[in-house]
Amino acid sequence: MEQDTSTKLYTFLIYSENVPGLLSQITAVFTRRQVNIESLNVCASSTPGAHKYTVTAYCDERMARILTSQVEKRIEVLQAHFYTDDELFINETALFKLSTPAMMKNREVSSLVRSYDARIIEVNSTYSVVEITGFTDEIIELFDKLQKLDCVLQFVRSGRICITKSRVEHLDEYLAVREAKRQAKK
Amino acid sequence: MMRALEHEGVDVLFGYPGGSIMPTYDALYDHKKTLNHILVRHEQGAVHAAQGYARVSGKVGCAIVTSGPGATNTVTGIADAMIDSTPMVVICGQVGVAMLGTDAFQEVDVVGITSPVSKWSYQIRRPEDVAWAVARAFYIAKSGRPGPVVLDFAKNAQTGLVEYEPAQVDFIRSYEPEPDVNMTDIERAAKMINNSVKPFVLVGQGVELGNATEELRTLLEKADLPCGTTFLGLSAIPSDHPLNMGILGMHGNLGPNVMTNQCDLLIAIGMRFDDRVTGNLATYAKQAKIIHFDIDRAEFNKNVPVDLKVWGNCKETLAAVTKLVDEAKHTAWIEGFKPYAEKEYEKVIDKALHPTEGPLLMGEVIRKVSEAAENKGIMVTDVGQNQLMACRYFKFTQKRSVVTSGGLGTMGFGLPAAIGATFGAPDRTVCLFVGDGGLQMTIQELGTIMEQGAPVKIILLNNNFLGNVRQWQEMFFAHRYSFTPMLNPDYELIAKGYGIPAKTVIERKDLDAAIAEMLATPGPYLLQCAIKEEDNVLPMTPPGANIDEMLLEL
Repeated sequence: MEQDTSTKLYTFLIYSENVPGLLSQITAVFTRRQVNIESLNVCASSTPGAHKYTVTAYCDERMARILTSQVEKRIEVLQAHFYTDDELFINETALFKLSTPAMMKNREVSSLVRSYDARIIEVNSTYSVVEITGFTDEIIELFDKLQKLDCVLQFVRSGRICITKSRVEHLDEYLAVREAKRQAKK
Repeated sequence: MMRALEHEGVDVLFGYPGGSIMPTYDALYDHKKTLNHILVRHEQGAVHAAQGYARVSGKVGCAIVTSGPGATNTVTGIADAMIDSTPMVVICGQVGVAMLGTDAFQEVDVVGITSPVSKWSYQIRRPEDVAWAVARAFYIAKSGRPGPVVLDFAKNAQTGLVEYEPAQVDFIRSYEPEPDVNMTDIERAAKMINNSVKPFVLVGQGVELGNATEELRTLLEKADLPCGTTFLGLSAIPSDHPLNMGILGMHGNLGPNVMTNQCDLLIAIGMRFDDRVTGNLATYAKQAKIIHFDIDRAEFNKNVPVDLKVWGNCKETLAAVTKLVDEAKHTAWIEGFKPYAEKEYEKVIDKALHPTEGPLLMGEVIRKVSEAAENKGIMVTDVGQNQLMACRYFKFTQKRSVVTSGGLGTMGFGLPAAIGATFGAPDRTVCLFVGDGGLQMTIQELGTIMEQGAPVKIILLNNNFLGNVRQWQEMFFAHRYSFTPMLNPDYELIAKGYGIPAKTVIERKDLDAAIAEMLATPGPYLLQCAIKEEDNVLPMTPPGANIDEMLLEL
């Protein structure tokens, strides 16, 4: 079996039943194998009752396979898959809280915000709030530039969210197979 | 809870009461006739006893303890059961939900602590959930790859009153314990076996866990496949079966280890390529194609990349493959194991079994006990040299005869596990091999043996050392015996205090009679053997070395 041995950022999409305590079980699978989680997003999925975890981490393909199978082994995990960036539509949101006086003093700040297609969603005399949606790299780039202009009061990134490019919905297929099995058992 | 346990067919519980589990113990008082509760002397003893019970009976072992320290004392046994795939349900008391998170007396985050080392860990917070949680716990513990399940039982859920409705769980949407057999994989496996000239089978505990000993034997005999076993797989095939070439791994037999790196096809069945079996992975069976039969999908390609995965219960997959394999003979290949067996016999085994002078050796004691029990006994071991030697020299003719802490290597496992084994297989002879170190780790369970009259034949291999660590110090740490010599108490006197008959053997000439007396004595017995202090377990593949580079002598 040919495997990519280079270390790269993999995205893990994990679907689980909605039960308490599962997040720590999932993160423990990563930490025990010395893999740091770069970003994490947890929310209800489009499938009723199923939760979706979006986890990114740097590792090689062999480790990505091991992490996926070990996560899937937890009783309440429905499915786990790993992806590279080219298999996904990816997005990330960030919010900046900027000093309004600093913005007023240096016009470069607002032109920078505009040049990155960021939106100003609140302005008052003390601070302004800027929202940007895009890729991690450009968000961090904008942050670095704003930071140099000494105007950032707060900054937060959402962590990656994504959906697959595949035309196959693995979770739906899996649940259909499982439902058939349940019926057969009856 | 009591009715739910009865509904699951529980007949024996190992436990220890305490504050937060008192309502359950009060209910137990009314169910004494159906639920035989064995009071242990420490909660660690309860879980190991449940493990011993489960291993020999094939049923789910059950332990019941209180919250806080009662629960934390079970963690070692839970982790042990997890890595050795032992079905077990541990019920821990917990403070009431109103007190959770307040650092209440004897409150501890049991689910948080046990989740990473258990198959499933669940907090029962409402009385309505008891029947469902128990049914689910037993289903998870025994299905698929078996393992330990923890039920963290809040006190209000113990005292609240609800109408009992039996619950049945045989399906969990997110949990696929046994897939349907994939016939394409079966056909590929059969083809690979039919094309192989030098096949070699690795037999793990999965064969016994899947009740597939007959299926294994049929496959081996039809296709004439030689095999080696892991420690936990020792009794999956009789020791004297002509296709059983011996034990795999660090302290296994020379032939199976050398031939692992010479075969053209490695067929692993219900085993997980533990580092103690494989040695250096970079040189492990690189020349061979590898087929892996396992019920746990996460084991595929975990340590060793394989050419074909056969996912499923080996009872089904082995039977399916057997139908498709050709009857074959691999006489020349199998003959090739012989010179290694002869070499090992001459250099190691003969010396270990037939010494003519000097102090007693572990090997000779173990073999004599095994033979005196007509090779039909259950071998329970502790951990260390006693374990390695017992696995090497005890012989097996019956399945489910091995109770040893393989993966976790838990010293102190042996004595309580042996107690559990006597309840799981009351008609069989339970022989415990234990060192002077491990015995003292759970020696309090002599009290349980006394109270229950549990017929454990304790063979204490006393060398006044923490022997295995001492051996490694001798081999890898320049003979620097850092805290391995040990001053021992008078074990005969201790046994006497517990009313357990005991004898010490020092001279070789007294050994046979002492073993005969031990086996003829009804109930428990402690036979202390004065073992050569610096006896070494050989052969040995040093840690990290190539598996075929075994040392036969130091």
